[in-house]
Amino acid sequence: MKNYRYVARSKAIAARALGDETMVMSSTDSTLYTLNEVASVIWAAADGVTPLDEIVATKICAQYDIAPEVALKDAEALVEGLAGHGLLLLSDQPLVPPGNSTREAS
Amino acid sequence: MPGVTAAVQSGSVVVAIGGLPIRLRCDNPDFVRSIEERYAGYVSPSEDAAFDFEIELAPPGTLSKDEDVRVAWDSGRWLMQRGDFRAEWNPATARGRIQQTLNPYSLDSVLRIVHTLLLARQGGFLLHASSAIRNGRAFLFSGVSGAGKTTMARLAPPDAALLTDEISYVTRREGRYVAAGTPFFGELARAGENLHAPVEALYLLAKGPENKIEPVAGADAVRGLLGNILFFARDPEFVKLVFDSACDFAARVPVRRLTFVPDASVWELIV
Repeated sequence: MKNYRYVARSKAIAARALGDETMVMSSTDSTLYTLNEVASVIWAAADGVTPLDEIVATKICAQYDIAPEVALKDAEALVEGLAGHGLLLLSDQPLVPPGNSTREAS
Repeated sequence: MPGVTAAVQSGSVVVAIGGLPIRLRCDNPDFVRSIEERYAGYVSPSEDAAFDFEIELAPPGTLSKDEDVRVAWDSGRWLMQRGDFRAEWNPATARGRIQQTLNPYSLDSVLRIVHTLLLARQGGFLLHASSAIRNGRAFLFSGVSGAGKTTMARLAPPDAALLTDEISYVTRREGRYVAAGTPFFGELARAGENLHAPVEALYLLAKGPENKIEPVAGADAVRGLLGNILFFARDPEFVKLVFDSACDFAARVPVRRLTFVPDASVWELIV
């Protein structure tokens, strides 16, 4: 069972949205990752204060024809994978003070 | 060569690559002479320099054969090290020191590293690419070893001015990307011409059965570019600068895949 609810982009990365994709480079080992369209939506919404299930419900299920439980399972696999590479941070608590959050990621 | 004698005074020589003058000092006159010969065409006639490096020649056998380059930011200095050199450079004081063997290619490596660090702050980079100016515009031909960089340089027609067959110098000036010649060469064993021109296109090289140009866009363009940018420092801020530069370049400059037969006909497509 997952022990996190919040996801936030690491500060040790450089990222750029290019069309529907997002390129992410780890600044610790220079490894380059390319996120597809759906992964890019989750990445952009990973602000540390929006719960992952809310991201899935409002950003994925609202836009794509996919069952919520399937989408959430896929999203969890994605964020855990990205966290494993040090690109995302996972926490059971909000990761930045709500007053400082930007709900719409750049 | 005109200009060389004027710049070589008191054991120093000013080498200007990409228009950036760096003074190199050494108390060994033979080594200073070898620098002016190695960088002929890039020796500045002016004594003015943006940065100063003191070169200390290490006795033979005192440095190692370690081929790994390590570049790190530490206490306000860049530290650069490989088996055949150790160097440090303080951008704030504009001064640095190099301890190296007599091998002039050690200095080559230090200069490449310094220029990558300087260019990153200006939105530019050094690229594994041959490049040439034709009709006032620069064309870059990038790829890994064996992709055809030197082949493209060798096949260049007489009206093309060769900037390098190995390491291209890309800088950003007034919102445009400009390629400049470098003395860094590959198999051609000849320095590029000390010229510059706005970059018209970047070609990612592939050898094939016919000449063909295909557009490369978005993430593929950035990936192709980043895979060929010289990247020494693993400093997080530096990585971000280079990443942003690559994204900006790919957004502004056409990136294309050039599949080519290694004969002169390929240059008919480069106009």
